[in-house]
Amino acid sequence: MSETRIIGPERRGMIALRGELGDAALGAVVTEVTGVAQPDVRRIAEDGDFALAWMSPDELLVLLPFEQAADTAAMLSSRLASVHHLAADVSDARSLFRIEGPGAREVLAKGAPVDLAPDRFGRGDFRRTRLGQVAAAFWMHEDAGFTLVCFRSVEDFVARWLARAAAPGAEVGLSD
Amino acid sequence: MSSRLPRGGRLIDRARPVAFSFNGTRLKGFAGDTLASALLGSGRSLVGRSFKYHRPRGVYASGAEEPNALVSLGTGDRMEPNQRATTTELFAGLEARSQNHWPSLETDLGAVSAGMAKFLPAGFYYKTFIQPRAAWKHLFEPVIRRSAGLGPAPAAGARDPDRYEHFHAFADVLVVGAGIAGLTAARRAGAAGARVLLLEQAPHAGGRALADGGRIDGADAHDWVAAQLAALAQMPNVTVRLRTQAAGVYDHGYVLAGERVADHTPGDGRPRHRLWRIRAGHIITATGAIERPLAFAGNDRPGVMLASAVRDYVTLYGVSPGDRTVLVTGNDDAYRTALALLDAGLTVPAVLDVRARAEGPLAQAVRARGVRVETGRGVALAWGGRRGVTSVGICAQAGEGAVLEEIGCDCVAVSGGWSPVVHLWSHCGGKLRWDEAAAMFVPDPARPPLNHDGRAMVTAAGAASGALRADAALADAAAAADRVAQALDLSPSEAPAPRAETVDEAAPEAVWMMPHGAPAALREKAFLDFQNDVKVSDVQLAAQEGFESVEHAKRYTTLGMATDQGKLSNINGLAVLSQSLGAPIPQVGTTTFRPPYTPLSFGAITGAARGELFKPVRKTAIDGWLAAQGAHWEPVGDWRRPYAIPRPGESVEDAVTREVLNTRRNVGLLDASTLGKILVKGPDAAKFLDLIYTNMMSTLKVGRCRYGLMCTENGFLFDDGVVARLSEDSFLCHTTSGGSDRVHAWMEEWLQTEWWDFRVYTANLTEQHAQIAVVGPKARQVLEALEGMDLGRETLPFMGFAEGTLAGIPARVHRISFSGELSFEVAVPAGRGQAFWDACLEAGAAHGIQPYGTEALHVMRAEKGFIMIGDETDGTVTPHDLNLGWAVSKKKQDFIGKRAMERTHLTDPDRKQLVGLATLDPAEVLPDGAHAVEGAPRPDGIAGMIGHVTSSYFSPTLDRSIAMALIRGGSRRMGQVLRFEVEPGRAIEATVVDPVFLDPEGERQNV
Repeated sequence: MSETRIIGPERRGMIALRGELGDAALGAVVTEVTGVAQPDVRRIAEDGDFALAWMSPDELLVLLPFEQAADTAAMLSSRLASVHHLAADVSDARSLFRIEGPGAREVLAKGAPVDLAPDRFGRGDFRRTRLGQVAAAFWMHEDAGFTLVCFRSVEDFVARWLARAAAPGAEVGLSD
Repeated sequence: MSSRLPRGGRLIDRARPVAFSFNGTRLKGFAGDTLASALLGSGRSLVGRSFKYHRPRGVYASGAEEPNALVSLGTGDRMEPNQRATTTELFAGLEARSQNHWPSLETDLGAVSAGMAKFLPAGFYYKTFIQPRAAWKHLFEPVIRRSAGLGPAPAAGARDPDRYEHFHAFADVLVVGAGIAGLTAARRAGAAGARVLLLEQAPHAGGRALADGGRIDGADAHDWVAAQLAALAQMPNVTVRLRTQAAGVYDHGYVLAGERVADHTPGDGRPRHRLWRIRAGHIITATGAIERPLAFAGNDRPGVMLASAVRDYVTLYGVSPGDRTVLVTGNDDAYRTALALLDAGLTVPAVLDVRARAEGPLAQAVRARGVRVETGRGVALAWGGRRGVTSVGICAQAGEGAVLEEIGCDCVAVSGGWSPVVHLWSHCGGKLRWDEAAAMFVPDPARPPLNHDGRAMVTAAGAASGALRADAALADAAAAADRVAQALDLSPSEAPAPRAETVDEAAPEAVWMMPHGAPAALREKAFLDFQNDVKVSDVQLAAQEGFESVEHAKRYTTLGMATDQGKLSNINGLAVLSQSLGAPIPQVGTTTFRPPYTPLSFGAITGAARGELFKPVRKTAIDGWLAAQGAHWEPVGDWRRPYAIPRPGESVEDAVTREVLNTRRNVGLLDASTLGKILVKGPDAAKFLDLIYTNMMSTLKVGRCRYGLMCTENGFLFDDGVVARLSEDSFLCHTTSGGSDRVHAWMEEWLQTEWWDFRVYTANLTEQHAQIAVVGPKARQVLEALEGMDLGRETLPFMGFAEGTLAGIPARVHRISFSGELSFEVAVPAGRGQAFWDACLEAGAAHGIQPYGTEALHVMRAEKGFIMIGDETDGTVTPHDLNLGWAVSKKKQDFIGKRAMERTHLTDPDRKQLVGLATLDPAEVLPDGAHAVEGAPRPDGIAGMIGHVTSSYFSPTLDRSIAMALIRGGSRRMGQVLRFEVEPGRAIEATVVDPVFLDPEGERQNV
């Protein structure tokens, strides 16, 4: 079964945005700037190059083209001047990997304490968790592939970890 | 002697012979064999020597409970000791070696005669090795080390070539065990709509039903098992996993299970073991029951086996454990073994039943086949040689062991009753109840292990709950699954529970010692724990000597402490203890059941975390360049940092000296990216930082930097760093390299749990920026050559920062110094870090720029008397101890640690305080951690210690050794000469001086 493709590390623009997610003013500015509606709890909302991921009750992760991150973070901050918030460009602090193929769920389940059964984790689901010994977050997109985000400093480690978990012969076989 | 039968063996495939070796001898088994069945089939009844007495031992059981048949499997890198032959699947090329004998299994010079065994009773070690002390080291330990023990450790150079991994799984209902009860529970829970995970430790489902036969729902039991497996395979919400043993149950439905993925196919590229980390809504333990041995003299001889194991070998593997088998029992179930033997054409010379009557249908069936059944009888003694049992002496069970008759035999099948496997039930607090009639501990459903919501987390089903007979087990398992479904708000299956056709069984009788009045001579040959060589007499001696608690008796005698964790011995042992104490069994109780059920390999526990994945190594944006330069690394927190960057042919020590001197004379370049960078923002950010730091941060002006200290509530320094005020409501807090995650978590904890009303957000931006320090008298020239920012003395004064562009790269330049030199720390986006580094090298070439590492950094900060968290601090050091009182605000009403600093102990003027040390011999460098001694030795002869060296270096700048130390009352000792005893009879003398060795006025950095 399950040839799994690991692609990465890649870069993408990312802004850590902390604020009261229920705040109408904050919500309006975020949606205006990104063109994406606020995601539900543990979900990611995507629209074109932009996406919003739910990180915690008071944190969103804004995903956008790399080149736009610094300016957009500054714009968010100025538009939200009257709203208590924190917007920081974290694009350089992170690395992304794409995990694709029928074995993707099993590869992630080897490191993340997340219920990845198809009826429990589907398209648009997002989880902030860990992979083995390192912090990570991942979500599933429309084509059923996953994108995983980790800290830049451990991208070598994560690349090796993923390659090991996806190695031929290491299939668990649940998704057969 | 054991042998392969001409036909039969449900689990083996006679068309597929499998070659293997035992102690170098080539042998043959069949696909489907276990190593134990293949050894027995090859006539190998002697498989090992016992732990303490080196007695010859044979296969005793057919499953995970096996105490004797432990072998070393594999060779070289794949050699693994203490593997149970009964659960080892046979594969082509398997190499097994017996253990614990010298020179050979057949002739073991270490064997202790029965008479000698008197000298190794319970508590022998405690009693014997007290005096003289020297005898332990030179006499007892070497002798015991050579004679005791099990398999050898792998060779020192051996490296496990296999892969291991973890896997996280989730289930509404986890069913453990795929016997008829587990299959029933899984099927019904699945039919109710639950997501079910069914685990089976064996490579096949069916449990005892495969050997015990019978009919279920009108079909032969093994056909019924196959039908259940087929039905489960069709259910998308059910997962069945063979070769996977649930090893431990923990809080909140967490279960660890070990899957033996490739033990039977070594080197096929698959991970060898996989550790399943399971979260289950509810756990059904359908783990069956284990038969108990009987305690009679000589009961450990090869050929004596559990009755159930005997019929397993005959029925499942087509193996005869012996031509003539005497069956010894106290229950009806064991008669099935006699029937199986007779069906296979083997001889049963006698059945010895301890009960006064044996009139049940099974006993009658055996009698009807012409077998002699003796009631009220037991075995006084089993005779034999090293190849195994040759005869048994019959006696009255009620008597003292007078032999009434000797019966020749080469196998003795024993059954002392059954014990439900309650381990998983008990791991997380499930309580047991003593069932007097059945003579067994069973799970008490009224006192189950509880989940987070106070409801039962585990339900025992089938034989594991005490429902030993097939019909009862099926009904019990169905009811258990239905209860669990209801508890999960599912509609239980409406299908009728499966029904088994069973025969009646008469009441069993418990037998704890055989015969009942066995004298000492017999009791000290009657083994309870085969693996640890613990006998009835040992437990009785323990009781006599006052070890009344079962936990104490266990440790005193080592009963149940071997690798089998007493699966066969615990109940018999505690029954003997209870008889010795005259207390009922439930009052004596069991020892504690702890995970794992059987040993997990270290590989499975470790998972992927070995070799290059042992621990994550954090790397900066400059790491690749440094690696290419041949950097000599050191770990700092989880980061790897260059200790020094030696040139080709240069020693690391020389490189450090060169890097220090070049930085002091010209300009150096340091990768400081690992420093923590935490953004703190919000209307209350200043107020928050005033509480987090000991000094005042609210007065810091925008565009300026301030060095700050953080203390714990106990007033002890735990992190330090420079704070930059980015705007009125935002601060960038630099932390130590190892401290960024800790400090960030610390801030969040205070914000989330104590000061939740503060309007402050934090973000850990450590990895967003590469931070590069350009340090030295020519630093400004280098950066000015990059163009883009005015970094003049007036524009960017000391402790200021500015934002702009350098070499076309967005940069924030901090004018801060950890070396005492003119110094700029430049933060650029991490992705541009290498480009900026390259630009600095290019622009600095004309000025003699050289990169430097962490050791040069350390030397230079020590020359300036700057402290290092972790060197000068150890969690018990206050800012005042380090002469940093200037950074502790006296104006602030409160900050973390303030109250603690006012305690008398922390204000004691005689606390250890930071001083500098100048050795009298400037060439001599004090060892790190050396203790200063003073005054008369203490009563124990150890010199009076007044403090220790915290940092010590040879300073290339000053061309002499320098050190810092924490010395009792140090600030009042300036000019004193202290003695540091570095080894017996040798002391280094050093003068107490100001710790700032270089440029006390700070002129070098302020240019």
